[in-house]
Amino acid sequence: MLGPGLYNYWMVIVLMMMGLYVLMAKGNMVKKVIGLNIFQVSVIMFYVTMAKVRGGTAPILVPGDAGEVLYSNPVPHVLMLTAIVVGIANTALALSLVVRIHEEFGSIEEDEVQKMEDHV
Amino acid sequence: MLNLVDVLLFFFLAVTALGLVRLRDLFAATMLLSLFSLLSAGLFIVMDAVDVAITEAAVGAGISTMLLLATLAITKRREKAPRREVELVPLMVVLVVGGALVWGTLEMPEYGDPDAPSQTSPMTRHFLEKSRDEVGAPNIVTSILASYRGYDTFGEATVIFTAAVGALMLLGGRRPKDARLTGSVLQPHNRQSLAGAGADEMQPKELHLNRILEVATKSLVPFIMMFGLYVQFHGDYGPGGGFQAGVIFATGVALYALVFGLTPAQRVLPPRLLEALLALGVFLFGAIGLWTMVLGGNFLEYGVLSDGPLHGQHLGILLVELAVGITVAAVMLALFFLFAGRGFCGPQRKR
Amino acid sequence: MGVTTLVLDVVGGLLLAAGSFVLLAAAVAIWRLPTFYTRIHAISVNDTLGPGLILLGLACRATHSWEILVKLGLILAFLLITGPVSSHALAKAAYRSGLEPRSYRRAKGGPPSTP
Repeated sequence: MLGPGLYNYWMVIVLMMMGLYVLMAKGNMVKKVIGLNIFQVSVIMFYVTMAKVRGGTAPILVPGDAGEVLYSNPVPHVLMLTAIVVGIANTALALSLVVRIHEEFGSIEEDEVQKMEDHV
Repeated sequence: MLNLVDVLLFFFLAVTALGLVRLRDLFAATMLLSLFSLLSAGLFIVMDAVDVAITEAAVGAGISTMLLLATLAITKRREKAPRREVELVPLMVVLVVGGALVWGTLEMPEYGDPDAPSQTSPMTRHFLEKSRDEVGAPNIVTSILASYRGYDTFGEATVIFTAAVGALMLLGGRRPKDARLTGSVLQPHNRQSLAGAGADEMQPKELHLNRILEVATKSLVPFIMMFGLYVQFHGDYGPGGGFQAGVIFATGVALYALVFGLTPAQRVLPPRLLEALLALGVFLFGAIGLWTMVLGGNFLEYGVLSDGPLHGQHLGILLVELAVGITVAAVMLALFFLFAGRGFCGPQRKR
Repeated sequence: MGVTTLVLDVVGGLLLAAGSFVLLAAAVAIWRLPTFYTRIHAISVNDTLGPGLILLGLACRATHSWEILVKLGLILAFLLITGPVSSHALAKAAYRSGLEPRSYRRAKGGPPSTP
């Protein structure tokens, strides 16, 4: 139950929480995007950790009639490929928004932009 | 099950993330994020996820870093000093959520447990045992991605196309009223371009201030392109496929643009062509699906594409991966051209 | 046959250890060297030599498959081109932005200062 078998999951949770903290606590928008990236990568790592089998190998079929080769679960890998691509789409759109915000307000700090918006 | 490499890599990842939290110089933070992606790619390889590793390395350490650097060049480089060192409310939230998650993992099976539900599920068994006979591609991840769950991949291509369209709407210029052949939404006017600003506008062609970089780039770009093609068409047999190949191809062109200037790169790959390729990739994917319906099968049922189901699967996977590769390459390049062409402009309205 | 594989194994292991030591030296260099240019110089050499030695060590342990040897050779060629060029790009960018290499000639007897 407890112990070194779960070390991977706990480290993933630590990374996830650090990404979440950056996303929530930092005012700079580019920093928030970076925090979002950290969060994304840690989620991907969570799924990949679930797919691994002790003594397994990459899910590429060994040529010939191999018989009893143990493969790691390929389904989470497929899901995570999609997740990475969606993540980069997310990042690209977020950064486009940041660039436009900078062009309109002259700043990418959240509180400064909020102040400027409140004055209108 | 836990080995030293796992422990060390996770430790380095945690240290890098901590550095990312504390750093206020955004340029250094971007480099640390690139390092973070590379370390996680190494960790994925250790955990047998080779396709995920090559995608994460290409996308995270390549494209993400490039877009962040372009954004930083347009906006600001340093983060403003915070009022407080540590924000209390986010810290509380993070501790509570983290604690709840850790409590949730206490019920989970151990890392690498062969009796875990994800390993013994009938779907996993089916893919591992039957994909050789039903699809025939040695890389099971590719056969699932392009064939068994091809519909999800279609949605994914559409998602990344939508991101490009969104970025185009936000950052693209207006199509000029006189419909010149070279006018394109990817080239907003009266902006001084970022990439190679010293290379084409302000510097005569003979000056060659970046001689070493130019020679190195010229000798590398053909091999990068060939590697992209290899990854594209070898995705059935080893790690690779459409996404990774598209990203590698885009990286090659971006390298050329960074060293030689945006204008020479856009002479090689005109933005009008890029707009067409963006749409062509997604259209090709959908067209394959509709064509299989015309031939009598279901949407994206590759078995009807050719004589014999295995040949049909092979052809279908090839075409679909090609469509995805075209889409991803066009999207990444369009994003690069948009960000790099934005240039140094100040705020348009002072409030 | 057995002796050759044993020798190759040992040589490969030694090359791997040497490569790791060189990379460790690069890490220590980033930490301890005073100025930007000295750090770049140390890293440029070590980050090309270290992985180069590691690749040679891996090649010694993979002589059974020529495909792996060719791939390792290609990676080594790529590394030899991009390693020095990227350090050059870094140093050039720093110089163009105005970062001057500090001279350690003593001015009026005072100790050299670090930037």
